[in-house]
Amino acid sequence: MSKKQIKLEARDINAYYGDFHALKGINVAMEEKTVTAFIGPSGCGKSTFLRIFNRMNDYIDGFKTEGEILLDGENIYAKNVLVDELRKRVGMVFQKPNPFPKSIYENVVYGLKIQGMSNKAALAEAAEKALHQAALWNEVKDNLNKSALALSGGQQQRLCIARALAISPSVLLMDEPASALDPISTAKIEELIHQLKEQYTIVIVTHNMQQAGRVSDTTAFFYMGELVEHAKTKTIFTNPKDKRTEDYITGRFG
Amino acid sequence: MKLSEKIIEGLLWLAATITILVTIGIIWVLLSGSIPFFQKVSIIEFITGTEWTPLFAKKEFGILPLVAGTFLTTAIAIAVALPLGLTIAIYLNEYAPARLKSTIKPVLEVLATIPTVVYGFFALTVVTPFLQGFIPNLAGFNALSAGIVMGIMIIPMISSLSEDAISAVPKSLREAAYGMGSTRLQTAFKVMVPAASSGIIVSVILAISRAVGETMLVAIAAGQQPRFTLNPLVPIETITTYIVQVSLGDVPHGSLEYRTIFAAGLVLFVFTFALNNLSFWIKKKYQEKYD
Ligand SMILES: Nc1ncnc2c1ncn2[C@@H]1O[C@H](COP(=O)(O)OP(=O)(O)OP(=O)(O)O)[C@@H](O)[C@H]1O
Ligand SMILES: [Mg+2]
Repeated sequence: MSKKQIKLEARDINAYYGDFHALKGINVAMEEKTVTAFIGPSGCGKSTFLRIFNRMNDYIDGFKTEGEILLDGENIYAKNVLVDELRKRVGMVFQKPNPFPKSIYENVVYGLKIQGMSNKAALAEAAEKALHQAALWNEVKDNLNKSALALSGGQQQRLCIARALAISPSVLLMDEPASALDPISTAKIEELIHQLKEQYTIVIVTHNMQQAGRVSDTTAFFYMGELVEHAKTKTIFTNPKDKRTEDYITGRFG
Repeated sequence: MKLSEKIIEGLLWLAATITILVTIGIIWVLLSGSIPFFQKVSIIEFITGTEWTPLFAKKEFGILPLVAGTFLTTAIAIAVALPLGLTIAIYLNEYAPARLKSTIKPVLEVLATIPTVVYGFFALTVVTPFLQGFIPNLAGFNALSAGIVMGIMIIPMISSLSEDAISAVPKSLREAAYGMGSTRLQTAFKVMVPAASSGIIVSVILAISRAVGETMLVAIAAGQQPRFTLNPLVPIETITTYIVQVSLGDVPHGSLEYRTIFAAGLVLFVFTFALNNLSFWIKKKYQEKYD
């Protein structure tokens, strides 16, 4: 197996909500075009850590981060980094589908439009491509002007993925993207993650052990703000090093 | 439990009924006052006439000069209040730290509690002389300064209601916008404001209806000269001002001149009633759109 490039790397990340120490000295590296799953009990800091990678916590009053996050070797917390530019490279899909109250088409082209793209044909082409990538095109191609809010939850989530993909990020962060969806929609999203891995580096938070097993190449187990173990998913599930990991995946605590 | 709930229910019912009765009463007064008026003056003449001189020897009963005056001061007021009010609402929501927000909001709301007569004198004795420095042919009484000061007066109404509307937009939409690489400005204008648009429109309609009904300020600063014009530099008269002028004057009750205020009041009532219903309808239509 050829060694892949390191896409994302966290170095000594500590994070605080006011006095609360939410992330404790985390070091982790993620290879390009792989899927990494974050697992761990509720409140252990998975979402907090995920949102460190696109600086989504910046707006939370009292939140503080120490350490470095390297994206393609460059620290995204360096002084000269423009946060909105960063987020064009690191897309995010949220737990609850959150399409804009606009048409399906306007949702997909939103990111391109705010970047100043106005050519109708180019926008339409980009929208179609993104919707294909998100496996939604066939379902919506005749209704692109319909309100996004009229779609089902699963379709809305795939629309949010299409919206994120339309601006061609290289990293995709997903925080429990299927937890609000039915099993069929969940299967579609998982299938999608498999395909997207060809092009994108994906980090996914999940509570669903089977899902982590199905979609991810490596798995990171978090416990009370610490990264306990990060290894090949197979290893984590069959031969965990740490007792806490073993207890968690065998369901001994939750 | 039964009895106390019955009493409360009864009180609520009473309150609702009184409100409706008062509204009906107002309509009744306006209609019964204006019917005798319209027996003397044709409705067509009333609606299309461009001279309003009921108190002069040569009487003309065209309401348009009063409507124009009302429209002019209202339009100026909204032109001032909408951009400023919306800017404040967006600033408070997207930029201001929580602590600043909780200080600014009540301070703004104080603006709304200043008696309108104070605003009137402010317009007349401060704003008009100030503006005359730039616009030499600005009359002492004019729609411009009355409109501007009225705009300042209704800023809190627009900013506060719009701010409520913007903060009611789910947090997840703001995160979606930021997550796509939007700047704060883009988040505000491309996502938050459109998502809150029905609430913002309602705030503007209520502000218009407030401006249309405003009396004291325009009576003091805009003059009392019905004039069919959209020139903001000259004295004009609004519907409300005219009603006050006649009510406080020595026109004999029951005369045709006296009845004009019922006809004028009816016009005013129709305007504000329509505006309030429009805002109610918009609110209802778009309320459950998100979530
Ligand atoms: N805005 C906030 N202010 C203060 N504390 C917070 C905030 N957000 C999260 N926390 C705390 O930080 C810790 C980590 O939260 P986080 O949301 O990252 O957990 P999580 O692993 O994603 O949990 P879940 O699986 O329930 O989503 C928790 O103890 C939580 O209470
Ligand atoms: Mg979480």
